[in-house]
Amino acid sequence: MKSRVWEMLSWFLGYSELRRLKIFINNEWHKATKGKTFAVINPSTGEEICQVEEGTKADVDKAVEAARNAFKTNSEWRKMEPAARGVLMRQFATLLRRDVDYLAKLETLNNGKPLEDSKGDIAISADCIDYYAGWVDKIAGETLPSAPDTFLYTRHEPIGVCGQIIPWNYPILMMAWKFGPALACGNTIVLKPAEETPLTALYCGSLIKEAGFPPGVVNIVPGDGPECGHSIVVHEGIDKVAFTGSVEVGRKVQEVAGNSNLKRVSLELGGKSPLIVCEDADIDYAAELAHRAIFANAAQSCCAGSRTFVHEKIYDKFISKSVELATKRVVGDPFDTKTQQGPQINNSQFKKIMNYIESGKKQGAKLECGGERVGKNGFFIQPTVFSNVKDDMEIATDEIFGPVMSIFKFHDYDEVLKRANETTFGLAAGVITKDVTRAFKFVNELLAGSVWVNDYDAITNQSPFGGYKQSGHGRELGSYGLREYYEVKTVAIKLV
Amino acid sequence: MKKIIASISEFWKLVDQNNAVDGNDLPTPIADMHGTVVEQKDDIVDLVDSDVISITNDDVVFKLVRQYSKLQNAFSIENLVNLKSACPQALKQPDIDELKDISFMEACKLGFRTVARAASAAALPKVDRTPKIHHQKLFINNEFVDAADGSCFNVINPSTGDVIAEVANASVKDVNKAVKAAKDAFRLGSEWRRMDPCKRGELMNKLADLLERDRAYLAALESYDNGKPFKDAYNIDLPHLIGVLRYFAGWPDKINGKVLANAGDFFAYTRREPVGVVGQIIPWNFPLVLFIWKVAPALACGNTVVIKVDEHTPLTGLYTAKLIQEAGFPPGVVNILAGDGPNCGGSIVKHPDVDKVSFTGSTQVSGKSPNIVFDDADLESAVEWSHFALFFNQGQCCCAGSRTYVQEKIYDDFVQKSVERAKRRAVGDPFDDNTEQGPQIGQEQMDKILRLIDSGKKSGSKLLTGGKRVGDRGFYIEPTVFADVHDHMEIAREEIFGPVMQILKFKTIDEVIERANDSDYGLAASIFTRDLDKGIVVSNGLRAGSVWVNCYDNFDPTTPFGGFKQSGIGRERSEYAIDSYTEVKNVTIKISQRNS
Repeated sequence: MKSRVWEMLSWFLGYSELRRLKIFINNEWHKATKGKTFAVINPSTGEEICQVEEGTKADVDKAVEAARNAFKTNSEWRKMEPAARGVLMRQFATLLRRDVDYLAKLETLNNGKPLEDSKGDIAISADCIDYYAGWVDKIAGETLPSAPDTFLYTRHEPIGVCGQIIPWNYPILMMAWKFGPALACGNTIVLKPAEETPLTALYCGSLIKEAGFPPGVVNIVPGDGPECGHSIVVHEGIDKVAFTGSVEVGRKVQEVAGNSNLKRVSLELGGKSPLIVCEDADIDYAAELAHRAIFANAAQSCCAGSRTFVHEKIYDKFISKSVELATKRVVGDPFDTKTQQGPQINNSQFKKIMNYIESGKKQGAKLECGGERVGKNGFFIQPTVFSNVKDDMEIATDEIFGPVMSIFKFHDYDEVLKRANETTFGLAAGVITKDVTRAFKFVNELLAGSVWVNDYDAITNQSPFGGYKQSGHGRELGSYGLREYYEVKTVAIKLV
Repeated sequence: MKKIIASISEFWKLVDQNNAVDGNDLPTPIADMHGTVVEQKDDIVDLVDSDVISITNDDVVFKLVRQYSKLQNAFSIENLVNLKSACPQALKQPDIDELKDISFMEACKLGFRTVARAASAAALPKVDRTPKIHHQKLFINNEFVDAADGSCFNVINPSTGDVIAEVANASVKDVNKAVKAAKDAFRLGSEWRRMDPCKRGELMNKLADLLERDRAYLAALESYDNGKPFKDAYNIDLPHLIGVLRYFAGWPDKINGKVLANAGDFFAYTRREPVGVVGQIIPWNFPLVLFIWKVAPALACGNTVVIKVDEHTPLTGLYTAKLIQEAGFPPGVVNILAGDGPNCGGSIVKHPDVDKVSFTGSTQVSGKSPNIVFDDADLESAVEWSHFALFFNQGQCCCAGSRTYVQEKIYDDFVQKSVERAKRRAVGDPFDDNTEQGPQIGQEQMDKILRLIDSGKKSGSKLLTGGKRVGDRGFYIEPTVFADVHDHMEIAREEIFGPVMQILKFKTIDEVIERANDSDYGLAASIFTRDLDKGIVVSNGLRAGSVWVNCYDNFDPTTPFGGFKQSGIGRERSEYAIDSYTEVKNVTIKISQRNS
């Protein structure tokens, strides 16, 4: 595996030119003001890929100034016709598709996900940008019924400078989800990619420029959370912040935003999403779906189906099928086409997950398979299945964000609904049943922002995505995603 | 210390000298303007801002920009907008003669923003004045076929009266065949029905790319077949229709139904499904524009189409058939027939398997649109707009501003200036860059217009200019202005569809609203005033589907277009067009228990 990664690495460094490892402000590449850099690690080996300029407060200030200038009244961006914004966005999507091979390799090198998955992420990222490109000239205000001597209407105006802080689990895709609606509505952007995975976002900086966006519309500042991210959240020149990540950090974001200029906040946080398998489910289909629901993307998905509730009548069969699937899952070099699961993102995540596995064993869940590290280099973990999991165990309440499937038994539908909803999270839920009445009972009573019936991760660009409860604020994707990126101005004209 | 530049020649003298002005060095932008490697943006703005020169009126500014764009062979609309703000005295005293050849200037004044951009994008391309005609057959199931009975009809070039093509003449058998193809393409489980919505959008964007690729050829073909100035076809029709197509290409994955707040233990929702096989019949005045207006929303919603192009102007539609095939639409999704109204059109309308018919043409979608000029309006601008409102496209617009109501205080001035403007209108060869007005579409239309002019003369209104045919070849008519027209006269009530302007006098707001609304039509209307209240109050009072204030013919894809009263049913363009091409299906599912 090492030689392949080294081959990739040298190829990457040759191709990318060092400037792309800098900070992207005003369509130019900048060194960090403080002169610091940070190491970007390949999770498959634990080795350093390269150093990237580290954005701190001074760099965020610079990026915000650029974004503010780009947002000034009568700027090129503000005067641009909506359809012309759409043309730029479609051009950006075209460039993502053009460079899919390179970007996918870079994503896999940096994030560790299998190459085919990276390609899929980039394809749907381009689709997402295209989808929002179609919205630019359809974000309509309304005229309102009013007394005859008044003329009332609304304008949907961009909020302004948007700070966007994205995670490492889907680096390009999360960027596309953030860019799409923000640009469609005419905002300008200061994006902080995760410090673990800044490489593809920085490369996209060059595509933004190539697509022809005016300087300052998109700025990309790599850096860590406490310094760089915090500088964005606290910044008085930023009108809105969108964050995707942990509940813990999301809470801080909201607090700090509230204490600064009360900037608008949208949050997409964690989950502990239930997937309920009813007695009438086809067991093979259900086990396949539940397996994908948890293990996709090395289980590093905020909406992972991490609590699998199975009806007692099919419980035993379901477990043996699930163990069979988990045991067969191919873990290893993400550049290998047979690989289904790459490494976890870094050492601290790796350790956290191993601790949860220990905790599961200690608290009396039955370890059906897995539970061990794979290999010596990198952060690989065996697909792990626990059965007999109880609702109060740590592995049942905490977001593990790793390849650990927890299976629960239930015997009554009202009971399982109650248990499924007994969580502080509410991002997603799934139910597998053929019974139409039962399906809609679950659909209506599950407390989650997305409910999938006989499917999981059924996310499309049209479908809003976001959380109930502590899983977040606001929605991404679909027309609902636009609402997070415009202000409504009411205009009343008295006819005198 | 500003040097006042009053004329374009003076400016260019300065540039040529590239020399000191009042002892100061010229700013670098001027020097740069001679070169080819110039930072395009803002150079002229810098110049205006630079305190070295001031420009006395917009004409000079636009001229500058025009020259600049010729130099650069490219031009950005931002320059123009910047210039307008840099030169606020704009448009006070435009010398129309000087501006005659500045198409983007006209476009800007006319509010065609896309057009302005397009017009300014580059000089007009060189095209063949007798473009080769590639497609003269019917297009059914992605194949070009002869008419079932083998018959053809002649297509005439209206600027000469010569036959330029023989096109397959569809009748009932061909309609049946096309409808069958469309019905097959619409079957449950067909490729088209199973296609992801975003993929439909992709195909539509691909078609837009191809239209863009062939823009110059299509504009030439349109001009050849319809007689409109090539300049207009290239700078107005083509960019506009491509914009409309791209606008609708964004819709397929955004046509949402609703989940309803119903009572009882039910789950109720709506789906917006395609209507099915759509029959579409379009006229000859904007052949390809209206082709796209019809086809784009129909495809966005997932329908299949049988469209009849007009027998006067079938050529661009048939060429686009090839592009539809090239873009990769499945067979049968779009079928294009050429033929006459009674036979071909009638068969489409009567066909039991056609689920919806959409028609643009006489009697059903027409207008006699009032254009109201108040005495507080900017007179120069109102004259220019009103001229455009009527004469654009040889007066062959369903929404032409064909009743020009002018308030009494400015009436005489307005009439005088309008007559002067009409006299300056350049009528002639559509392929000449200076031509503003080409021929009418055909003999019949020309005869009808000349008869109505005659009626105007006899009715007692004043013929102040024009009134006659131009030359004896082709179907050209002089730009014609009647003043002192009264509401009851035939020329004030009938749609003339030609270059004949009717000016009427009015006194008060209430009076003009009532007179403006006293028509069987209600397609469009406009108001010229500087008064905010008047603009809103009158626009609320007018019975028309489009009201333009201080502008005319603004055709943005996002805005709906259609008529009140006898001017039609439904709306084209915009989200409202989606309503016309979808059925709403309500689904109600019994559930065990409903909560809020």
